[in-house]
Amino acid sequence: MSAGTPPIAGPPKPQAKALNCPKCGAAIVLRSFGQAETVVCASCHCILDAKDPNLAILQQFEIKTSDIRPLILLGTRGKLRGTDYEVIGFQRRSIQADGITYSWHEYVLFNPYKGIRYLSEYNGHWNDISICKMLPMSEGTSANYLGEIYKHFQTCDASTDFVLGEFPWQVRVGEKAAVTDYVHPPRVLSSEKLDKEVTWSIGEYMYGREIWEAFKLHGAPPEAMGVYENQPSPVTTNVAGMWVAFAAFAMLLLALMAGFDVRAKKEPVLQQTFYYNRADAKGEASFVTNVFELGGGTSTVEVNTSAAVGNHWIYLNYALINQDTGQAWDFGREVSYYFGHDSDGFWSEGKRFDTVVIPSVPSGHYYLRIEPEADPSLPSMAYSVGVVRDVPVFGIYGIAFLALLVPVVMISFRAYTFERSRWSESDHPPMQLSSSSGDDE
Amino acid sequence: MTQPVANCPNCGAKIVFRWSSTVQTVCEFCKSILVRTDVDLKKVGQVADLPPDSSPIQINTEGKYGNKAFVVVGRILYEYDQGGWNEWHVMMNDGTSAWLADAQSEYALSLSSKAQNLPAPTQVHVGQQFTWNNQPYTVTVITPAHYRGVEGELPFQYWDKTDVTFVDLRTESTKFATLDYSDPEPALYLGEFVQFEDLKLKNLRSFEGW
Repeated sequence: MSAGTPPIAGPPKPQAKALNCPKCGAAIVLRSFGQAETVVCASCHCILDAKDPNLAILQQFEIKTSDIRPLILLGTRGKLRGTDYEVIGFQRRSIQADGITYSWHEYVLFNPYKGIRYLSEYNGHWNDISICKMLPMSEGTSANYLGEIYKHFQTCDASTDFVLGEFPWQVRVGEKAAVTDYVHPPRVLSSEKLDKEVTWSIGEYMYGREIWEAFKLHGAPPEAMGVYENQPSPVTTNVAGMWVAFAAFAMLLLALMAGFDVRAKKEPVLQQTFYYNRADAKGEASFVTNVFELGGGTSTVEVNTSAAVGNHWIYLNYALINQDTGQAWDFGREVSYYFGHDSDGFWSEGKRFDTVVIPSVPSGHYYLRIEPEADPSLPSMAYSVGVVRDVPVFGIYGIAFLALLVPVVMISFRAYTFERSRWSESDHPPMQLSSSSGDDE
Repeated sequence: MTQPVANCPNCGAKIVFRWSSTVQTVCEFCKSILVRTDVDLKKVGQVADLPPDSSPIQINTEGKYGNKAFVVVGRILYEYDQGGWNEWHVMMNDGTSAWLADAQSEYALSLSSKAQNLPAPTQVHVGQQFTWNNQPYTVTVITPAHYRGVEGELPFQYWDKTDVTFVDLRTESTKFATLDYSDPEPALYLGEFVQFEDLKLKNLRSFEGW
C-alpha cells in the first residue's frame, strides 16, 4: 500500500503480539490472536496468563532434563489436510505403568480461520487430533462416535511434565488428567477428564514422513517403534471378507466338481482277470487284453488294477495302445500290501487296489499290453484290470483349493500377529501362552 | 431488499439498516446504541470499546447455510471463564434472521424457536432431557456468562446486561439447543454445528501474516 492511499475503513488487522516475560524479560510472541489462555516463557519456564495484558505469572516450573525439545519448532507452518497451520504450543506428557514412565509429545496447531488442532507423537507414531464436535457415547468397553464403534484400549493418568508456547486452556505443569483411549484404526477417540470437565477428541494416525512432508522438515522423521494403538494394520484386506470370498470360491469349486462328476459318463469298457504265474513269466511275459472302444471325444481313461496281495508286491508295465493309429501310452503301476503286528499292534502299508487316470485320450479302438513283474517270493497271483472311459479329475480342484487357501491363511496370520502386538500394549492384552510368560522372568 | 436510512440522534451520522426488522443498532461512528421506535431512533446507551478478538467473522461477512445466502448484520459478544464467544446476527436472503455462534473457531447456526413452557433457570440441571420438535436434547453444561457488548443490528433490544446464563443442550447428532436466560422470559434457540468450509464465508477479516 502506498503512502497516499487513504486507510481502509474498519478495525486494523490483528497481528501477532510481541511482549516480554514479566519475570525474566525474554521475548514472548503471541501467535494465536487472542485464542490462547496461557503462554509459556521458554527461557525462565513461567506459565503466563495470555489474556492479561501484563502477562501475570501463573506458575513457574522446573525441568529436570534439558533434552525435551520439540521435533517441530514453535512458529513452524505446515499444510495439514489442505489448511495451513502454525505450531504455537508444545507439551510433554507422561504416564506411569508398572514403574516405567512413558512419555509423549503434543503440539498445538493454530489457523486463525480454522482454529486449534493438535498433533501427538509417541515413539515415532503421530496422530492428527481435533476436539470432537459431537458428544461420543461411551458404553462399557466401547464408545460410539458418528456411528462408528471404538474399542476401549486403555485408561491412564497422564501428567503434564513440560510446556512451551501457547495453549488454548489453562495449562499447568504437574496437572494430571484421566485419559481414556478407544480405538478404531486408523482413528482414536480419547476422553480427558480434568476435575469435572470431560473433553473428547478424535485423532487419526499419521506417518512421520507425512508430518515431515507437511511441515517441510529436514532430515528423516524418528522411526516408528512397535505397533501403536490406532496404527492401521499393514493388512489392508478385510480378513473376514476375505474368508467369505474364500468360502464362496470353495463352494464354487465343489459345485464345479459335482457338475463334472455328474456330467462324466464313467463308462466301464473293460474288466478282465488275469493270472500271474512265476513259472510262466520266464519267457515272453507280456500279453494283450481284448480290444475295447473308447467313445465320445478326447477324454480321460481310468485304469484300475486290483490284486489280493498280502506282504507282496506286483508291478504291471502297461501300454494303452490305439489299434487304429498305433499311438501308445506307457505307464507302470504297483500294487503292494504289507501288514503285521508289532508292539503298537496291527499295522499295514499299501493297498490291494490301484487306480490311475490318463488324461486326453482320443476316441477309437484300444487294447492294453500288460507285462507283469512280481515279488520273487510270490509264486502265483490272480489280478484284475478294469478300464473306465470318461472319469472326472479331482486333483486339479485340490490344487486350486490350496492355491486359494495358502494366501488367505498367510494374510490372516499377518493380520492376527499385528493385532496381537497392538492389543498387548492395552488394558486388554491377548491371552499369553502360559509357558512363555512364566519362564522368561 | 429495502435499506431504510436514518440519522444517528447522537452524532448525525447516516444509519443504514440492512434488515427491515431491526429493533436495535449501533452507530458505527459514535458507538451509540440506538433503538428504533415507530417514529425515529432513540439513543439508549453507549458501547464501550469491544475487546480485541480473534474471530475471522465481521459485520458484512457473507456466507451460505444450506441453500440460503446470509449476511452478518450484528453481533453480541459474551465472555465466560474459558474465553469469549460471539453470537453473530445473520440475515438470511429470505428475510428471516438466525444466529451464527463462533467460539474458538467452532461454528454453530441456530434459530429462535417459538416453543412454549420453557423451564425456569432453577429447574434445569445437567443431564436433564427435553424434547422439542420430536428431537430429544440433553443438558450438557450450564454456562454463567458475562455480556461484553454489541455491534450492528439486532432483532431485539439488547444492552445494559451484566451476567447472563446459558444452558447448552446436545444431541447424538450435530443438532443442539440453547436456553437463553438473559431476559426474564427464557428464550430457546435450536440449531446445529456447522463446518467452517460449509459456510463458504466471504468478506472475512484478514490476519497479519495469513
